[in-house]
This record gives sequence, structure tokens and C-alpha cells, in this order.
Amino acid sequence: MTPLPSTAGDLPVLLPFRVSRTRARFTLGPVRAWLLGAWLAGLVLVMPALAQGPDAVLSPLQVILRWAPLLLTGFAFNVAISLVAMLLGTGAGVGLGLALVSEGPILRRVAWGLTQFFRNVPWLVLLFFVMFLVPFQVTVFGLRVPLPDWIKATVGFALPVMANVAEIVRGAVRSVPATQWEAAESLAFTRRQTLFRIILPQCLKRMLPPWMNVYALIAMATVQASIVGVTEMLTLTAQVHAAEGGRPELFAPLYGFALLCFFLYCYPIDRLTARLERRFETA
Amino acid sequence: MSRVPPADRPIVQVLDVHKAFGEAEVLKGISFDVRRGEVVCIIGPSGSGKSTLIRCINALVPVTSGTIRVDGIEVVDPKIDKLALRRKVGMVFQQYNLFPHKTALENVMMAPIHVLGQDKREVEVRARALLAKVRLAGKEAAYPGEMSGGQQQRVAIARSLAMRPEVMLFDEVTAALDPETVKEVLVTIRELAEEGMTCLLVTHEMNFAREVADHVYFTDRGVIVEHGPPETLFSSAVDPRTRRFLSQVL
Repeated sequence: MTPLPSTAGDLPVLLPFRVSRTRARFTLGPVRAWLLGAWLAGLVLVMPALAQGPDAVLSPLQVILRWAPLLLTGFAFNVAISLVAMLLGTGAGVGLGLALVSEGPILRRVAWGLTQFFRNVPWLVLLFFVMFLVPFQVTVFGLRVPLPDWIKATVGFALPVMANVAEIVRGAVRSVPATQWEAAESLAFTRRQTLFRIILPQCLKRMLPPWMNVYALIAMATVQASIVGVTEMLTLTAQVHAAEGGRPELFAPLYGFALLCFFLYCYPIDRLTARLERRFETA
Repeated sequence: MSRVPPADRPIVQVLDVHKAFGEAEVLKGISFDVRRGEVVCIIGPSGSGKSTLIRCINALVPVTSGTIRVDGIEVVDPKIDKLALRRKVGMVFQQYNLFPHKTALENVMMAPIHVLGQDKREVEVRARALLAKVRLAGKEAAYPGEMSGGQQQRVAIARSLAMRPEVMLFDEVTAALDPETVKEVLVTIRELAEEGMTCLLVTHEMNFAREVADHVYFTDRGVIVEHGPPETLFSSAVDPRTRRFLSQVL
């Protein structure tokens, strides 16, 4: 390629932007990832502390150490929301996925519509809908059951999980050759028996990696709950920041700590997913 | 050969069966009977509708018109109890179609336990005996992926027999096998035939058809061109299409 003639008056934005096509082959093993994470943590936490010196105000590291129990409680809450959302979403998603491969055309269409809808809308908008459409309490047999915000948020996250799990189930069932259905039919198995005893056991393994993938995504998405007023890690981080006087130099360490927690939680899941994928490919 | 002579009463009756997939008419009026204890082979060039025909008999493929009766069950009746039909009719496929997540023994045991609701221990005794019968004693714990094609096909035969069917359908069961394993599967089928099992085979094994069949049907482009006992059909076929086909494969 010949370099474009450049004149002094050119704005940089007008210059051609080139992206190198080479992709680094370097991948992080879980141990190295933890080391890298720890190093980054040190950088984020200690460097400003060194820069600042031992003045009257707490250093960022001290601030983090002081608030870590609270922040980690918040993180545990994010994890709890993600686990419950995954549980609910998987239960509903398996049902929806089976409806997607059912023989009833009406049921199949309805399930298809639901799946497509919840797969193709932003999670945050879904969350808003659930937060504002579901009442703060329901009355069941004269008993008032309060619905706290975090439960509503969990339902909001369970909906996209449901649609994605349904699609995973559908894809896995369809990936089993039709001859397996034929063989089961010719042995007088009912459709239900064929599905549960012959088809699904064969695709459980195939469903595991994409399912874990959905989990990692939903775990990271739980911070969106802070936008609709659920007190989780991100909300707490903002509150801690405010409590420490909103000092600008605390911003990066505090939010860096939140990033780190999510990274150290999700990265191993991601690696494990990739490993399972490779193993099932060769198996 | 000490064959039980076939009874006179047909167990499978096929009458003027037509089958079309969209515009393409695959079966154009097929009629034949299989009597109890009889071994019937269907031969013919690829694409002559043989596999479709055999799938119509256990209602895996619905017919367009015509009647099929299996041991008193009207197969083309829209309210047919397909499960009752399929308990009477065993089927073995070209690609074996064993359940890959189950061992050989489990493959044989599944249907009697879950479909017929039989006692697990009793089924296991029978399944082990069936595997021994198809010369696979010792392979009970092997998974399909660990067995040769011929071994898998014999497990598939044992799996069908475990349902104690009245009729066995074989759909080109040796077509996907290595030449050296074809024989072991054919020996198994021959033994079944000698015990009096009613067998309907779609096959390319002309020597097998000649030796084992009571009656051979030659089909081409959706019709039965010619049929008769193997000694007649193979040595003195009348129709030029039959003669041409036989000269190519014999």
C-alpha cells in the first residue's frame, strides 16, 4: 500500500483507520489470569496510594480494605440474583424449548413467538418492564406476599435466560439425527418417552457449554439491577464513594474493585466452558 | 434346511399401495402378501421405493392410498394404534441406529422395560440370552461407538427381537457394513428365518435372497415388475428390466 499524502491541515479523523488483522495467539490460563488480575489490582489500588503519601485522608487501598466486607456482600447479592435467575430461567426455558419441538403447531408457534421476543429485546428494557409492571405485593388466598425489588429484578433477568435456554434446548434436540427418532418409534416408544429417555440424554452434554455461557452473561448483567434501584454491588460502590466524600482519586480504585470481582468470577466460567466445548467436540 | 413351513394365512397384506412425496410418486400400486413364517425379499435398483415401502408397513411413513394389514391391524386407518402395531413389527435399519448413550445390553433392554412394562430382571436375562444368540456374549457393557458395524447391527437385531415381534423388517441392513462383517449379520438373519420368524427384507445381497427367501419381489420405479420363488426369478426372469438388473448384480 502506498501511504496517503498527508498535509498539515488534515484532521486525524480523516486519515484511513487501519486495524491489524493479526490476532494474538496468547490465551490466559486460569492461574495466569488470577495473577494478572492480582497485578492489575495492585496497580489500581497501590499506585495512587504511593502517589498520595501517608496523609490524614485514607489511601484508596485503605478505603477498599475498610469497605471490602460491605462491597463483597453486595457482590454476593449479585451472584445470588444471577443464580436464582438462572434457576428460574432454566426451568422455564426447558419447558419453552420442549414446546418449540412439540408436535402441536399452535403450541410451537406461541413458544416460537415468546422465544424470539425475549431473545431480541434489550435486557435492561425487560428489567424496567418487570420492575414497573409487577406490583410490589401480591395477594394469594388472602395472604399478602410482598415482592421486594430484588425478586422482581431476578424475574426480569430470568426472562432472557428462559428464551436463550429454550433456543439451546431446541438446537440440541434438532442436532440429534432423525434416525434416532425413527429407531425409537419403531420400538413403540411414545414421543414423550423418546424425548426424555433417548433424545435429551444424548444432548445434555451439548447443552452444557452454551448454558454456562448464558450464565456468565447474566452474572455480568446483574449490575443493571442498580439502575432500577436494587441495592447490589454497583449501588454500594457508588454509596461508598459518596461516603468517602466523593474524592475523584477513589473512583478508579473502587470501580476497579467491582470490575475485578466480576472478572475473577466470570473468567474461570468462561475458560471452563471453552474447555468443555473442546472436549465435547472431540468426544 | 429345517424350515418351519409357512402358514397359509398372510400376516402382512399390502394392497394397491401408492405413496407420493409431493409431486414425486414413489410407490405406484404395490400389492403383495407375506405369510406367517415366510421369508420375503424385495430387490431392485436404488430409488425404486423399497425403503419407503418397508417403512409404510410399520407406519413410519403414511401411505397416500391403498391398504396395509398386519396381523389384523389396519395400518392406514387414521385412528390406528401405532404402538400396538409396532409391538408386532420389529425393524432393523441400514445405519443400525443404536442409542449411542446406552450399552449394548441397555439398548436391548430399554423397550421391553419402558414400552411393555416388563420386569427388569426378567428382561435382563432375556437380553443377555439374545446377545448370546447373535454371538455377542461378552459385549454387554460395550457402547455402540466401541463396536464394529457388524456388531452394532447384531445388537440392533437383538434389540428388535427383545420386543418379541411377529414380523421382522430389514431395511438394507448390510448395505453400510464392511464386506467381512456382512456375513456375520446374514448368518444371524438366516438363523432367525430357520426358527420360523416372519422376515421381510429389502436387500442387495442376491446370494442371500436366493438361498434364504421363500419369495422374491423385483421392484423398479415404484411397481413390482416380477416376483416368484428365488430359483425361478433368478434363473428364468421374464421381464427385460428384471433380466437387466440381475445381469448387473449377479
